[in-house]
Amino acid sequence: MTKTAARPAAPAPAVRPVKAPSPSGDRRRRRLADQAHAYGFLLGGLVCFALFSWYPAIRAVVIAFQKYTPGSPPEWVGTANFSRVLSDPEFGAAWRNTLTFTLLALLIGFAVPFVLALVLNELRHAKAFFRIVVYLPVMIPPVVSALLWKWFYDPGTGLANEALRFLHLPTSHWSNGADTALVSLVIVATWANMGGTVLIYLAALQSIPGELYEAAELDGANLLQRIRHVTVPQTRFVILMLMLLQIIATMQVFTEPFVITGGGPESSTVTVLYLIYKYAFLYNDFGGACALSVMLLALLGLFSAVYLRLTRSSEEAA
Amino acid sequence: MSSTRTLVSPAVLARPRGRAIYWTVFTGVVLLFALAFLFPVYWMVTGAMKSPDEVARTPPDLLPDRWSTSGWTDAWELMQLPTHLWNTVVQAAGAWLFQLVFCTAAAYALSRLRPAFGTVVLGGILATLMVPAQALVVPKYLVVADLPLIHTSLLNDPLAIWLPAVANAFNLYLLKRFFDQLPRDVLEAAEIDGAGRLRTLWSIVLPMSRPVLGVVSIFALVAVWQDFLWPLMVFSDTDKQPISVALVQLSQNIQLTVLIAAMVIASIPMVALFLVFQRHIIAGIGAGSTKG
Repeated sequence: MTKTAARPAAPAPAVRPVKAPSPSGDRRRRRLADQAHAYGFLLGGLVCFALFSWYPAIRAVVIAFQKYTPGSPPEWVGTANFSRVLSDPEFGAAWRNTLTFTLLALLIGFAVPFVLALVLNELRHAKAFFRIVVYLPVMIPPVVSALLWKWFYDPGTGLANEALRFLHLPTSHWSNGADTALVSLVIVATWANMGGTVLIYLAALQSIPGELYEAAELDGANLLQRIRHVTVPQTRFVILMLMLLQIIATMQVFTEPFVITGGGPESSTVTVLYLIYKYAFLYNDFGGACALSVMLLALLGLFSAVYLRLTRSSEEAA
Repeated sequence: MSSTRTLVSPAVLARPRGRAIYWTVFTGVVLLFALAFLFPVYWMVTGAMKSPDEVARTPPDLLPDRWSTSGWTDAWELMQLPTHLWNTVVQAAGAWLFQLVFCTAAAYALSRLRPAFGTVVLGGILATLMVPAQALVVPKYLVVADLPLIHTSLLNDPLAIWLPAVANAFNLYLLKRFFDQLPRDVLEAAEIDGAGRLRTLWSIVLPMSRPVLGVVSIFALVAVWQDFLWPLMVFSDTDKQPISVALVQLSQNIQLTVLIAAMVIASIPMVALFLVFQRHIIAGIGAGSTKG
């Protein structure tokens, strides 16, 4: 549709001016009126995209090379923002934490939902119940999930240690220990977000033609072989897409560390986005914040490009 | 019972051994789901009804000794929940309305009105899908704090939520794709009957687009209700803060039972929305993902 639509308003054909409205002039006026209408409908959306999507992206790159204080004219400082941010001891920690968080979230948040979806797809009863229950945590506001788990992780009266005591296991510091805090946050994020992944996997599993399983069974494939040679190849594309989407989402994690640990203990849960927030709102260093944003943007943009590439090629194949 | 063939064949399930395994797995999954997903929610709801002493007791009680509602009333008054809930409702409803009006109009223009440079505009909009939203919050904040040309600040104003909400490429694309698939002859018939573009949009396109409008509405409402970082940045004024920001700001110096009660109250609207529309939401997630 839109391909044929991208026709710029052509310059008027050189016709001799005549008094009576010529057919071509009429058409031209019609076309201009059409364009005015079209852009009238587009205007509100365009202004918002320009102000809150396109301009900030440019702005981030510009301010990354400026000393920027709201209210006073910015100064160009070259790469000073980048070198200041790079020499911050929390910079390394933030990237390490973010990458570890993403990796752990991928290991747990990828395997657990897949196995769950695989099992759920075999169950023939209470289907609606399972789908509702697994998605329930997604609908609870993330702030509430974070506060809830902060309470569970309380070393004295929290549910997490109560459960360990009940099972006669040694208690843990959970989110209050420098070496367990990050894992504790991954558990929260997985609990809160797993529902969506499970539902998407379920939809993908349901689209596998039953004949494939029948054929595999006739060939003597056992349960695990059927999973390996039928289920996984048939859902490989969805798995790959969800992995990429999850990487992009978890690299931007903020709410859980901000609410549960405040980045601590000992910077063990400071993430890149959290550091961006600190630069902007605690240090009042918008140049540094934008330099960090540009770095995060470059990395995530790469993942997004891969994601779009994959969706594009699947649409063409379909 | 559905007849579609899955991993395990129906013949295996029909055998006594197969049936025994099936019901064992079924019970296991029910217990696992209850423990992993329902129990934390149950713990939150009952925790809000325990007395402050009891909620700190070890080992904890599964049921409150005495069901107390003082946590709820205290939360309602001490944490000014009516104010914050109202702020959230205003922010969510406005974002929904702005998105519905401007995204629908823009999607309609891109789909049907053939604007000059339409593909360029659409490309620019879709490109924002590649840019992770959260990574741009700081420059976006600077734009909102000092709008270009008119030099006005939207900080502490619900417009700071409403206007950026319109720049939602995902919803706009959903709408455009739906409009693309509407039958051409119906729209042309309307044009021949002399209906203007606004009239066609209002009385022909929108009534035919109820399913997609429903999906976009739910996405819009949920996104605002669940958001935290952006409202945390733009609402420094406590009286303007939505419930998510207020909960975190107040969580430091408030009694635990009161905080838990407030958490339950903050969750009720979205959980209720989900329970009412669960069929559509769950179907939408599955369909949206497999069909690209």
